Amino acid sequence: MDLRYTQDEEVFRGQLKEWLAKALPALPPAPDPLDWPGRRAYDTAWQRMLYEAGYAGLHWPADAGGRGATPTQHLIFLEETERAGAPYVGANFVGLLHAGPTIAAEGTVEQRARWLPPVLRGDEVWCQGFSEPGAGSDLASLRTRAVRDGDHYVVSGSKVWTSHAEVADWCELLVRTEPVSDAVPKHRGITWLAMRMDAPGVTVRPLRTLAGSTEFAEMFLDDVRIPVTDRVGAENDGWRVTMVTLSYERGTAFVGEVVACRRTLGELARTARDNGRWEDPALRRRLGRLGAEFAALWRLTQWNVSESQGGGVGSRGGGGFGVPGIGGSVFKLRYSQARQELYEAAADVLGPDALDLAHPWNQDRLSSLSYTIAAGTSQIQQNIVAERILGLPKER
Amino acid sequence: MEFRLTDDQLALRTGFRALLDGRFGREALRAAVERPAIDRALWRELGDAGLFSLRLPEADGGVGLGLPEAVLVFEEAGRALLPGPLVATHLAAGTVPGADTGRTVVAASDGALVEWLAEADEVVGEAGDARPVRSVDPLTPLHRVTGGPEHPGRSAAAVLTAALQLGSAARTTELAVQYAKEREQFGRPIGAFQAVKHLCAGMLVRTELARAAVYAAAVTSEGRWGGADTDAAGAKLLADDAAVRNARDCLQVHGGMGFTWESDVHLHLKRAWVRAGQWITGAEAEELIAAAL
Ligand SMILES: Cc1cc2nc3c(=O)[nH]c(=O)nc-3n(C[C@H](O)[C@H](O)[C@H](O)COP(=O)(O)OP(=O)(O)OC[C@H]3O[C@@H](n4cnc5c(N)ncnc54)[C@H](O)[C@@H]3O)c2cc1C
Repeated sequence: MDLRYTQDEEVFRGQLKEWLAKALPALPPAPDPLDWPGRRAYDTAWQRMLYEAGYAGLHWPADAGGRGATPTQHLIFLEETERAGAPYVGANFVGLLHAGPTIAAEGTVEQRARWLPPVLRGDEVWCQGFSEPGAGSDLASLRTRAVRDGDHYVVSGSKVWTSHAEVADWCELLVRTEPVSDAVPKHRGITWLAMRMDAPGVTVRPLRTLAGSTEFAEMFLDDVRIPVTDRVGAENDGWRVTMVTLSYERGTAFVGEVVACRRTLGELARTARDNGRWEDPALRRRLGRLGAEFAALWRLTQWNVSESQGGGVGSRGGGGFGVPGIGGSVFKLRYSQARQELYEAAADVLGPDALDLAHPWNQDRLSSLSYTIAAGTSQIQQNIVAERILGLPKER
Repeated sequence: MEFRLTDDQLALRTGFRALLDGRFGREALRAAVERPAIDRALWRELGDAGLFSLRLPEADGGVGLGLPEAVLVFEEAGRALLPGPLVATHLAAGTVPGADTGRTVVAASDGALVEWLAEADEVVGEAGDARPVRSVDPLTPLHRVTGGPEHPGRSAAAVLTAALQLGSAARTTELAVQYAKEREQFGRPIGAFQAVKHLCAGMLVRTELARAAVYAAAVTSEGRWGGADTDAAGAKLLADDAAVRNARDCLQVHGGMGFTWESDVHLHLKRAWVRAGQWITGAEAEELIAAAL
């Protein structure tokens, strides 16, 4: 137990900070948050800068074109880029955090060579076509069908809540290759395919979120032909591949955001001192409590990173809960809630200005509502914690 | 950066858990509840095992370890609901003769409360006007005091008390989970019902967040890094929360059984309430952290 960073880690941090100080002023002005094509251009330009400086795919294995950095270096990277006000991974999220690592782990040599470099360079953007109108929390009940026709799959069905679909080049798509029956339980018979978004038969209809942007979409698939060579993993083995994908979704995905929340909290305190709201002890105390929460969430992240670095043998949890992977769901449950509380407090600090959408806190307040839903709802996360970590009996 | 426990730290924790299991198991706890008193022989054994001298330099007869190790040991004491002025005696090691070996029982005033005053051999701080109260915790006699100088070890006391709360929070989570696996209703273990499951998951989340805060505060307070006081306050705040709310949820999972004197749940809840009132209260912690924002 020693929270100090090593000399090597501090050297890494120093070089990164130096580069950020030079690189960020060269960025074009940030696009309007509602303009997705503008956001894609901005996010991929940032990715290109990272690539050229050798920071692309920091946590990817070296043989997949990444830098093979340690989890702690990755943590430092996320911390410093957020501190410096650098862009988020944004439109590159699925490619860099889901599809890329999945292909690196499960793809063939040809597939890795075809798909990984463009992700790292920021040339190609991916989206995630998992959820369907009838398959959200119960993802395994998905029904989009793929029928083999020679060396192609012919795919029909629909997907929903597909983030960045409007601007993506590729989609990691889950399809059913074997109908559910007594012999084929729903978790089997699923296959993981890479689909070109400009393939004939793909229709994207952007959906407007409650925050006003079209960050996700509905997707209609009408006899879309996908080469069999674009299948990752074996036919009907997609559920296992999906679990590989989802395991990347947890981990350090929210690190930069925790740093951002702590910064926002400081701004809240300054604003409250300026506009007199600080005199309200109840509000002041709420901000103090949030300070403790976000500090602890940051520590929890450091712990999760430490454990992943050590090969996953947990040392926490005196009561025998020290299992690897404990961190992800625990973290997400508390973080998603705390983020919503932060922006509730922001509204109280702003008073009447809380109704003015021009203030970025109010946009963030709206966006925060998705955190307890996206990437597995809080109810589903609680089931996971109860069943997989605490060992309580399954629901069914 | 390495947050995981070292092998030595893991061994220390295992050793203390074994000691407390053998020496202060459930029967001893229940017997103590019926006849609250400090078990002087146990106090000396704890002293011999290094509970009080843990952070005293080896040259002074101590174990020479730090606050992170002390936190692990206090967490075990919290799990076992070990009674007595543990924090006060630990802090007095090296200044009050005999505190380090457990030959002297030391109580301390935090400016509002003193526990185990009548049984202590020494008192640190102002306790001249101490007035006995009927303590809510059957195993923690309490006196109220007014004011007095601030205890020099307030920050460390808060972190160690937070560690006791953390141990209790982890223990009530285990008790709830264990009960939920065994107790059957409607033909199934109650742990199969989502309402119960979600209570248990919430308990684990609170415990883990508090654990991260407490362990980190132990490390930063030890090194006197910046923000040590707010780290200690944050750790106390989240650990108080975890201990109190987990005990309540544990009681709920136990149903009518949880409301009886026979079950241990109420002992965890009452002790958690007492500790939440010690050293730094929730309101004080929130104000302290807010002031630093
Ligand atoms: C901003 C955003 C971006 C997203 N991006 C993508 C994306 O890029 N790709 C993609 O594939 N998906 C994406 N999603 C979809 C997301 O994964 C789903 O919304 C989520 O898994 C929940 O599914 P659902 O919306 O169908 O809700 P449902 O599953 O219908 O759930 C509705 C309510 O019922 C509750 N519920 C359901 N089952 C249970 C149960 N067993 N026990 C207790 N409660 C239950 C849920 O907690 C929820 O409160 C995104 C969602 C959002 C909000």
